[in-house]
Amino acid sequence: MKAGVVVFPGSNCDHDCYHVLKHVIGAETVFLWHKDTDLQGVDLVVFPGGFSYGDYLRCGAIAKFSPIVSEVIKFAENGGHVLGICNGFQVLTESGLLPGALMRNRGLKFKCEYVNLRVDNSDTPYTNMYADGEVIRIPIAHADGNYYIDEEGMKELEENNQIVFRYCDENGTAEDDSNPNGSLGNIAGIINKKGNVLGMMPHPERCAEGVMETRDGYFLFESIAKFIGGCK
Amino acid sequence: MSVYEKFGFPEVTAEAAKGMGLSESEFEGVKKLLGRTPNYIELGVISSMYSEHCSYKSSRMHLAKFPTTAPWVVQGPGENAGIIEVDSEGLCVCFKVESHNHPSFIEPFQGAATGVGGILRDVFTMGARPVAAMNSLRFGKLDKPKNRQIFEGVVAGISHYGNCFGVPTVGGEVYFNSCYDGNPLVNAFALGVVQKENIYLAKAEGLGNPVIYVGAKTGRDGIHGATMASEEFNENSESKRPNVQIGDPFKEKLLLEACLELMKTDYIVGIQDMGAAGLTSSSFEMASKSGSGVRLDLDMVPMREKGMNPYEIMLSESQERMLMVAKKGYEDKVKAIFDKWDLDAVVIGEVTNDGYVRLFWDGEEVAALEAAPLADEAPKYNRPYARGEYMDELQRLPKVDAPANLQKVLEDLLANETIASKRWVWNQYDHMVRVGTVQLPGSDAAVIRLNESEKGVAISSDCNSRFCLLNPYEGGKAAIAESARNVAVSGARPRAFTNCLNFGNPEKPDIMWQFVSAVEGMAEAAKVLETPAISGNVSLYNETEGKPIHPTPTVVMVGVFDDVTKRIGSYFTSMESAVYLIGENTGYIGGSEYLATVHGYERGDAPEVNLECEKSIIDFMCSAADKRLIKSAHDVSEGGLAVALCEMCFGGDNIGVNIKLESGIRSDALLFGENHGRVILEIDVNNAQVITDLAEKYNLPISKIGRTCSGLIEIANKSEKVISAKVSELEKIWKNSIGDRMK
Repeated sequence: MKAGVVVFPGSNCDHDCYHVLKHVIGAETVFLWHKDTDLQGVDLVVFPGGFSYGDYLRCGAIAKFSPIVSEVIKFAENGGHVLGICNGFQVLTESGLLPGALMRNRGLKFKCEYVNLRVDNSDTPYTNMYADGEVIRIPIAHADGNYYIDEEGMKELEENNQIVFRYCDENGTAEDDSNPNGSLGNIAGIINKKGNVLGMMPHPERCAEGVMETRDGYFLFESIAKFIGGCK
Repeated sequence: MSVYEKFGFPEVTAEAAKGMGLSESEFEGVKKLLGRTPNYIELGVISSMYSEHCSYKSSRMHLAKFPTTAPWVVQGPGENAGIIEVDSEGLCVCFKVESHNHPSFIEPFQGAATGVGGILRDVFTMGARPVAAMNSLRFGKLDKPKNRQIFEGVVAGISHYGNCFGVPTVGGEVYFNSCYDGNPLVNAFALGVVQKENIYLAKAEGLGNPVIYVGAKTGRDGIHGATMASEEFNENSESKRPNVQIGDPFKEKLLLEACLELMKTDYIVGIQDMGAAGLTSSSFEMASKSGSGVRLDLDMVPMREKGMNPYEIMLSESQERMLMVAKKGYEDKVKAIFDKWDLDAVVIGEVTNDGYVRLFWDGEEVAALEAAPLADEAPKYNRPYARGEYMDELQRLPKVDAPANLQKVLEDLLANETIASKRWVWNQYDHMVRVGTVQLPGSDAAVIRLNESEKGVAISSDCNSRFCLLNPYEGGKAAIAESARNVAVSGARPRAFTNCLNFGNPEKPDIMWQFVSAVEGMAEAAKVLETPAISGNVSLYNETEGKPIHPTPTVVMVGVFDDVTKRIGSYFTSMESAVYLIGENTGYIGGSEYLATVHGYERGDAPEVNLECEKSIIDFMCSAADKRLIKSAHDVSEGGLAVALCEMCFGGDNIGVNIKLESGIRSDALLFGENHGRVILEIDVNNAQVITDLAEKYNLPISKIGRTCSGLIEIANKSEKVISAKVSELEKIWKNSIGDRMK
């Protein structure tokens, strides 16, 4: 697998994703500059967390007009794999690669903490090393992670098994008490219908090594690396 | 009409000088130094440079008492930030703490945000990438709406700036005391990583080299901010809101990336951020440090608004700006890098060799001042100091009756804002970005791994200002000792500290005495513990309506790990471990949170710090951590032994503790006294002998006081059961206290 991490002005988890993909997973990894249009032959594009273009106007709203994003849209339409984390997830919904929108947290404040996630779909390129219903602990860090979609859209997500992660308690129950931001249906991450574009608010790259609080995020990267193949 | 005359500046008189914060004698001195009366632009420049904030005129001669050298110190005080070596291969960390108190009172959100922005620039100006931020915050009690508003705004401002910039805010300290009503303290700390050979300094060398202005445009914000920060507050202070700068963390993030990219090249010779007193201090400092000179064409400076004049440009404190000196001929290459990051980079002058900073407008010289005398020979005062007569009364320990229900006392202390969990605060900070935070907030020290390696640092910020009020010398010692102890308790070797000395009006002899005594106490402790000062800042005139804050010399200590996997957390990790106490309970309650919260006295001499014992604790902890003998550890500080034990139970795993003490001390004093030199250890029962032998080797008193258990916190002294409560109940009180008050 060759991975590319997109660098927007204001991206700040770009180095973190690069580190995990390259040094922990062992994938060939490059940075993709937002003004460029060459995807350098990567198999996986990662939109990292941060504050692309300062998050001015609306999170992820300006990023969708950048030259690289137009290329990534084409890449995804042709079946290329795209992972959006946090601000990257916001870029994916803003650019139409994923449905729905991410609004201000219901508590109105930025929130950074470990949360429990239930894996609701382990049959994706990104989650094949988890089990359905497994509870994992991955940190969130965002002010705008409150996922919203209209009724029809929600029905579609559910029917197609597109909801990949939900916020839950330690037993896997996804109720309001364990919802950190007000997301509809406790949604923390979704995949597109085709199954090649995943967006999630939690940060798996922050818990992908033994020295961290958990190593639960490692398996997400390892899943996609195995799926695509060709890593050490 | 000359260019200068066209601006229509007011006449320069002693009155005008006073308006800019220059005393009559300082104004006379300036005239003598120049041999003439300065013009209005020059007066503005000089008054900023002579402000307490920039010149350290009241503090300089005392700051010289700090030890500042050690084999591992690469850069001591005098640059934007200090630097120490972490390993023998040139891996260094660069750090500093700085106050932004006055702006944060006037405009909490932007005041705190720009405090973070300023300290981050101080670090990356040196060539270091910021990898951790912390802050030491002090507010009035949360029962007052105004204090809640300031607290909310400050935390939101720090969160806004740090999160967007992409530096993890990994911890800090938050204290609440009514002495900070109307004068909150916001001390921001940042730490960056740099290789020794890649360090950049503020230099303006090489005749004819271009001086380049980079970053945000200059506006009218923050004019005379440094002067404002050097005055007491009164009812008119709120009208100074325009003196507070507005921050743009996104712009600063771009500036960081552009500067670091530029620093990898060999295009530049020196760089300096524009912080307090903006272009004034950056140009004068660069010129004076290099013994060169600088010519600046101020009409070339990128301006945010029309009609700005040279005076405003020189004194603006607009954020996210840098001044650099490039090699001649490399201007376009420098510009190309800034273009890439969509930032301005404009040549606004050149390096000269006559020792002057000369300011031009439309090609005409509008001001000319010799750099070195202004930068280096600003006034220096040996202000009179004397112990306040009120000290005798303050230091007398009142007699208090023991409360009947000590469990209720414990609950009250756990709910006390100063002791309660600060989760409400750090939940709003991104504390994990850059994947270096290997110890999450809430422990005694933050632990950061460096460059994704096993090397790392531990950082702790401490100052018990009540101790400093009651005995500034012992309080100063305690600030150093406690921060060093916290670093060591996390398993790292304390190496150096930075400090922010927050005091009242130094023109009052009793306040000056607090200052001198605290500095001398800190210096003594720093010598014994071998932790030099490598950077710092002084914030005086922290008074509102004549009421001073408690003396608050904030210390941020940095320690070094060879292997961060040897770090020690402060929450109990398992049941059926043995619990040991290093040090002795003396039962001294002077200056304690218990005495203040329960009995309403901020009285009694501060507890004495035994520095030899503190040194031994450091050596012991480092040795035990290296051998991985300790499962968790926590120092005993605010709230005493009982609170420290509870805090160790609050890691979320419902692990409790069963403690049996054998002491003749009255139970309230035994549980809640705050004498120094104590650490609680969680040990695997199989390591009991090894750990007691190790403690004995360092001549430290050690005693087994109990064991960990499931779900209950029980403390007994002799046959008396004093505390018996569920972990979950006490944890709830402690965890929700601040959040509930902020609803």
